[in-house]
Amino acid sequence: MKLTLKIWRQKSNSSKGEFKTYIHDHVSPDMSFLEMLDVLNEGLVKKGEEPVHFDHDCREGICGMCSLYINGRPHGPLQTTTCQLHMRSFKDGETITIEPWRAAAFPVVKDLVVDRSAFDRIQQAGGYVSVNTGGVPDGNAIPIAKKIADEAMDAAACIGCGACVAACKNASAMLFVSAKVSQYALLPQGQPESKERVDKMVAQMDDEGFGACTNTKACEAECPKSIKITNIARMNREYYSSMFTNYEVTVSGGGD
Amino acid sequence: MALTGLFLITFLIIHCTINAMIFLNDGGVTFSHWGHFMGTNPVIRTLEIGLVAGFLIHIFQGLLLIKKNRDSRPVRYQVVAPAPNSTWYSRSMGLLGTLLLLFLIMHTAHFWIPNRANQFATGEELNLYQMMLSIFADPLIVALYVLGCISLAWHLLHGFWSAFQTLGLNHQRYNAIIHFVGTTFAIVVPLIFALMPIAIYLNWVN
Ligand code: HEM
Ligand code: SF4
Ligand code: FES
Repeated sequence: MKLTLKIWRQKSNSSKGEFKTYIHDHVSPDMSFLEMLDVLNEGLVKKGEEPVHFDHDCREGICGMCSLYINGRPHGPLQTTTCQLHMRSFKDGETITIEPWRAAAFPVVKDLVVDRSAFDRIQQAGGYVSVNTGGVPDGNAIPIAKKIADEAMDAAACIGCGACVAACKNASAMLFVSAKVSQYALLPQGQPESKERVDKMVAQMDDEGFGACTNTKACEAECPKSIKITNIARMNREYYSSMFTNYEVTVSGGGD
Repeated sequence: MALTGLFLITFLIIHCTINAMIFLNDGGVTFSHWGHFMGTNPVIRTLEIGLVAGFLIHIFQGLLLIKKNRDSRPVRYQVVAPAPNSTWYSRSMGLLGTLLLLFLIMHTAHFWIPNRANQFATGEELNLYQMMLSIFADPLIVALYVLGCISLAWHLLHGFWSAFQTLGLNHQRYNAIIHFVGTTFAIVVPLIFALMPIAIYLNWVN
C-alpha cells in the first residue's frame, strides 16, 4: 500500500508545531498502525531526520499508552487502541492525518506525545482504598451480587488512554473519572471512603482544566474498553450524595 | 443546566396547552379566558418571576459552559470526524440555544413585553388574540416562528434525556421510557407550537 501521511510535528511543548507530509510506500495491510509508523521512522533515521515521536508500550491493547488522533477520531476508525488497529482498515492511496490528543489538560510533549499525568493526579487524589484489604479473598467470601461485581470489573477495564477526552468536543474527562469512581463505588471495599473519593477526584478533574460533560456520548462510542456512560450517571449520583450528606471531620487533637 | 432545563420544560407544557386553545376556533374566547388568568392571577405573576429567572440562569449557565468547554481545548484539531460517535444536535446545543435566544427576543417583543408594559402603564391587558392574528399575517414572521420551533425540537431531542443523565437518573429499567417520553415531547410540543402561526396564516383559525 502507498499512503500520504500528514503528521503533526512539534519540537517541544514551547515551540510552535506544524503538519508535515510524508509519502509512505512500504505499507502492508497486515501491519499494525504503530508498525507502519515504525517503518516510517526507520526511513527517517536512515535519512538522518528526526523520527516521529509517539507513545506506545504493550502493543497488545492493555496498557493504554498508545494514542493518536487519526483522520478525526481517537485511535482511528475502529473502536480499539491504535496498537490494535491494522492498515487493512485503510485504503491504498489514502491520505491519513495524524494529530496528538488535543486538550488543555494534555499538553503536547513532542510531536504526537502528550502528557497524560493529569489522569495520574486524579487517580492519586482519591482513586484508591487506604487500608490494606489483604490478598485475593476466597470465592463468595465477599457478599456481593455477581452482576454488580461484573459491573465493577467492566469499569475497572479502563486503561486510562484518554481517548474519551480526545473524542469529546468539550475535552471532558468524565468517562475516565467515572470509571475510576465506579470500580470502588460498586464494591464493599470502596464504601468507607466513597464520599471523600468522589469529592476529591472531581475537584482534581476540574483543577486540571478538563471540560464539562454535555452528554454527547462520543466518549462511550470511542472508548476502546467499552466503558459505558452509566458510570457517568453513577458518578453524578455519588457526587450529589456527597454534596448533600458528606461531613467535614474536624480533628480536635489529643486522642490519648 | 439540568434543573433549569427541566423547569423550562414544565413551562413549555403549560404554555403549549393554553395556546393550543386557539385551535378550538371560538374566536379566542377560551384562549383569552386562560390568557387573562395567566396574565393577572397574583400566584401566576409571582411564578412568572421564577420563570424569567429560570430563563436567565439557564442562558447564563449555558454561556459559561460554552466558554469553559472552549477553553479546555485551546488548540483545535485539523481534521474532525465526529459523525460516527455522536449526533450533530448533541454537539450543537450552544448553537441551538442561541437560536432559541434570538427567537425568544423576537417572541417576547411581539407579545409578552408590549402586554406587560401596557398593563403596567394603564392596567389594561392587550387583546393578544387579535395581535396574534395580525402578526401571523406576515409570512416572514411565520417562517421565523417555525424555525424557532425546529430549533426547540432539536434542543429538546438532546436536552430532555441529557438532563436526566446529568441528574444521575440512568437506569436500565427506566432509560427506555425516558427516551420515549423525551423524543415524543421534543417532536409533539414544537409541532403544536409551529402549527399555531401556520394555522393563523392559512386562516384555519380566525
Ligand atoms: C424553552 C426554552 C428552553 C428549554 C426548554 C431548554 C431545555 C434544556 C435542557 C433540558 C437542557 C439539558 C440540560 C442538561 O443536560 O443538563 C438544556 C441544555 C442547554 N441549553 Fe437549553 N433550553 C431552552 C432554552 C435555551 C436558551 C434560550 C439557551 C440560550 C443560550 C439555551 C442553552 C443551552 C445550552 C448551552 C445547554 C447546554 C447543555 C448541553 O450542551 O448539553 N437553552 N436546555
Ligand atoms: S474510559 Fe475508555 S477512552 Fe477513557 S481513558 Fe478509560 S479506556 Fe480510555
Ligand atoms: S500500546 Fe498498550 S494499549 Fe496500545
